[in-house]
Amino acid sequence: MKEEQSKEKVKKFGMVIDLDKCTGCGACMVACMAENNVPFKEDESKKLDSITWLRIYKLTNGKPFPDADICYLPRPCQHCGGKGEHGHSPCVSVCPATATDYSKETGIVSQIYTRCFGCRYCMAACPYHARYFNWWDPVWPDGMEKYLSPNVSVRMRGIVEKCSFCFHRYQLAKDKAYFEGRREIEENEYQTACTQACPAGAIAFGDLNNPKHAVYELKKSSNAFRLLERLQTNPKVYYISGREWVRRAGDNYLKDEKK
Amino acid sequence: MSTPDDKTKGVSADTGGEDAIASFKGVDEKEQGEGPGGFVILFFIIGFVASLIIGWVVFPKLLYSQKRQPVDFNHALHVETVDNGCESCHIFREDGSYAGVPKLAQCADCHQEVQGESPEEKIFVEEYVAKEKEVPWLVYSKQPDCVFFSHSVHVKLAGMDCVTCHGPIGESTSLKPYEENRLTGYSRDIWGKSMAGIKKNSWDRMKMDDCAECHEKETGRKSSVQTDKDACFVCHK
Repeated sequence: MKEEQSKEKVKKFGMVIDLDKCTGCGACMVACMAENNVPFKEDESKKLDSITWLRIYKLTNGKPFPDADICYLPRPCQHCGGKGEHGHSPCVSVCPATATDYSKETGIVSQIYTRCFGCRYCMAACPYHARYFNWWDPVWPDGMEKYLSPNVSVRMRGIVEKCSFCFHRYQLAKDKAYFEGRREIEENEYQTACTQACPAGAIAFGDLNNPKHAVYELKKSSNAFRLLERLQTNPKVYYISGREWVRRAGDNYLKDEKK
Repeated sequence: MSTPDDKTKGVSADTGGEDAIASFKGVDEKEQGEGPGGFVILFFIIGFVASLIIGWVVFPKLLYSQKRQPVDFNHALHVETVDNGCESCHIFREDGSYAGVPKLAQCADCHQEVQGESPEEKIFVEEYVAKEKEVPWLVYSKQPDCVFFSHSVHVKLAGMDCVTCHGPIGESTSLKPYEENRLTGYSRDIWGKSMAGIKKNSWDRMKMDDCAECHEKETGRKSSVQTDKDACFVCHK
């Protein structure tokens, strides 16, 4: 059985987001909140302690009228592989509770809520602000408990949570594949909620190692970049933009520095 | 002011004075001197035994409340009449998920009317089938919310037997009482019958360590960066 198991290909799930297609509508954020039982407050106007696994940032080029330009940038967890793909992403390295882990089989950074004790080292370590702390127990409006997804466990006060690339969908897809006697799943069987919700088709998701998946070619584009690449966190979320100022906004370049 | 030193000197001087009886008295004094010490040890032993009894016998009894299943189901009788073993009633859905305990409709296929002599069947038909009410079965193997367990991969891919985790339930003629942990609300089958955690059969416990132990042995995967074992997201959600 050991040999059988190792036959399964090593995967590296990742995302390619075309920023020139993104309109900033926020459908991905809504889909993510609903899919993953993300808690919200009665008054969401104070954004500092809001929880948004996927968040859209608005970038501007800072130029006056004729040249003014904006860009919306959706930011899920980047699922950093760390330098040399060893899985030592910033958050995994600092976690004292083994609550966050990197799987070499899927490349997904996991967060085990029942294991986390809320020290928030990972939040400090994450350069992408992808991690959020539960300051309160979730309060669902009357009757909303019935709309929660049973596939994602609900978090409690005092722990950190973040985007999981909808890992539960991968689990369910594998369940089906095994039942049907297949070992591998198809590309369309495991897609994240945000990918499916995007009306512009800006988000592509799949196995970065698999040449049959759309992301494999997309990530090779000359317009592709990753956020804060020079930190060598080796993220698995790629962005594509034909606009040079957007690509430059992906890292802290000096004004006269050549990329 | 007399210091402790003075006192001991005084005592030794006294005993020194009465040489003749000293040997007899010495024995007496020894017994008197050890008396309180003996009591301390005796009380310690009594207390120790009492706390062991409380910890190993009384506390577990208090910790778990016992509940009877709504209908006392006879597995052995049903396994005899069906063709496909456990999977005749405990089915997989088409999407690969596992249905677990059968729904009323499945049972009602055969049990529209009372078929046998069993008083339990009569209760089942009259209370549930006739009233079209689902039976509130208590599930012994119910895992916490954060656990993702796939029957599909264990049964279909790895070809594991139901007995490996669930024990010889198919041979039982009645359902054992459901013991619920008053603090956590989980079934005693998760911790196991033995409070000391002694495991004789593979189905005696269903804690995370038991899953991890088998995963380490059977899959040999080392995909987790943190633990160098199977990754957390394999069973967690």
